[in-house]
Amino acid sequence: MSDEVGVPSTPPVDDWASDYDIFDADYINDPYPIWADLRGECPVATTERWGGSFLPTRYEDVVEMARMVPSLSSADPIVVRPPDDQIDASGAYHTVNAPPISADPPVHTWSRRLILPAFSPKATAKHEPYTRELCNKLIDDFIETGQVDGAQDYAQQIPPRVIAHLLGVDEGKADEFTEWVRGVLEIGLSNPAVRQASREKIFGFFQQEVADRRVNPKDDLISELMAAEVDGEPISDNHIVGTCNLLLVAGIDTTWSSIGSALWHLAGHPDDRKRLVGDPSLIPNAVEELLRAYSPVTMARVVSEETEFKGCPMHVGDKVLMNFPGANRDPEMFDNPDVVDIERQQNRHVAFGVGIHRCAGSNLARMEMHVALEEFLARIPEFALAEGGEVTWAGGQVRGPRQLPIVF
Amino acid sequence: MRIVVDSEKCEGHNRCYSIAPELFDVDDYGYATEANGGVVPEGMEDKARLAIDNCPEYAITIVEE
Ligand code: HEM
Ligand code: SF4
Repeated sequence: MSDEVGVPSTPPVDDWASDYDIFDADYINDPYPIWADLRGECPVATTERWGGSFLPTRYEDVVEMARMVPSLSSADPIVVRPPDDQIDASGAYHTVNAPPISADPPVHTWSRRLILPAFSPKATAKHEPYTRELCNKLIDDFIETGQVDGAQDYAQQIPPRVIAHLLGVDEGKADEFTEWVRGVLEIGLSNPAVRQASREKIFGFFQQEVADRRVNPKDDLISELMAAEVDGEPISDNHIVGTCNLLLVAGIDTTWSSIGSALWHLAGHPDDRKRLVGDPSLIPNAVEELLRAYSPVTMARVVSEETEFKGCPMHVGDKVLMNFPGANRDPEMFDNPDVVDIERQQNRHVAFGVGIHRCAGSNLARMEMHVALEEFLARIPEFALAEGGEVTWAGGQVRGPRQLPIVF
Repeated sequence: MRIVVDSEKCEGHNRCYSIAPELFDVDDYGYATEANGGVVPEGMEDKARLAIDNCPEYAITIVEE
């Protein structure tokens, strides 16, 4: 168990159906057999750990739960709640202010609509040249050495810069952004004190960015949000800062994890790698398949009214983990779900969620993955995992490699 | 062949558009509609089926084979 990624030490799990632990080392390193067992045995698992939650494992159930709006509310998408004595005096940072991901309709509807145009296929395509240049610069830095940590020196470096570029903030702060986001989603996931401190940094940063633009409006997404109106009213600074917080947090760990998992797969599967090198037009389809097989994101819901799911009672305050990664490995939905078939034709994967909270950044994330793989494969067609090198994974609610030694 | 996108179901995943940009239009918010009145040009039927098979919301249907 690595302290580096903040994985807490937890008592071993005997019965996954009634006592699962998303921070268990086995779960982080290889959750797939655990979900496969649960699907047959007890498709919606429960646990008292970390404040208690439900874990669906079937595609059908995950999709149905995603549509149970608002009884399964998005008000608190992080599963581990801070204990009362750890909540800061103002209470400002213990809940998530990150619309639309933290909102239900009607706030969800307008706050999502506000950001969608910045992430349409057309708007996203505008960031492609920047992303391509960035990937090449990163490759320039290590190509002569014959080795790279694919997670830290490549995958991790891309999303924070692309999102900074899109928001209009200093790309030079990319490492800080990454640190803050890991403070929320990795180390801070099981450690609410770290999470609060990281949130304070993110909010402080964006409050300053908003204040600067009050004086000097710019041509960027933050300024656009500041100029926007909903029903004739301007949007509150608190809302804008919350949305910027979301775009930073949602855009970094997730995409980094996906690019990293894709490189990890290709490093260990020379046949797939060679096929993509030989025919880069297969990359978009491969990206969807890699997203299916190694989906990084599991967001939570909180039960907001007494309800039941297939006869199983759910009480107000209970948490539900939207197990999109598990849904994507369900044999009822996908033939040979544990086999990565980069030419898979039928692939209704839900790596980006399903229903009203479908990842608003999915076009951007796809573009980043596509460009990152295309450029890497073009310049480094032959590569493999370093012998004896250790691959480590972050888990919890966003899963992906954090150390990925590659040689070429 | 003719296809239609159910705008009530579409959540803007854009899987259809990335597979078959010829067959779909996408608005500024990312929501898809069928291009060309839904008429699938001859020879593009397989692409249309592929788009249908990859829409996570089951929003696209064939109205005429
Ligand atoms: C491969 C990378 C990514 C994956 C797998 C991913 C996954 C997801 C998932 C599963 C959700 C739905 C959460 C839920 O149902 O509660 C979501 C929501 C969201 N994502 Fe992503 N995401 C990725 C990259 C990005 C990027 C690059 C951005 C843009 C900055 C982004 C922005 C958002 C936003 C704004 C939402 C909230 C949408 C809403 O609640 O209406 N994501 N993401
Ligand atoms: S794939 Fe389906 S949900 Fe996505 S844009 Fe196309 S029709 Fe809409």
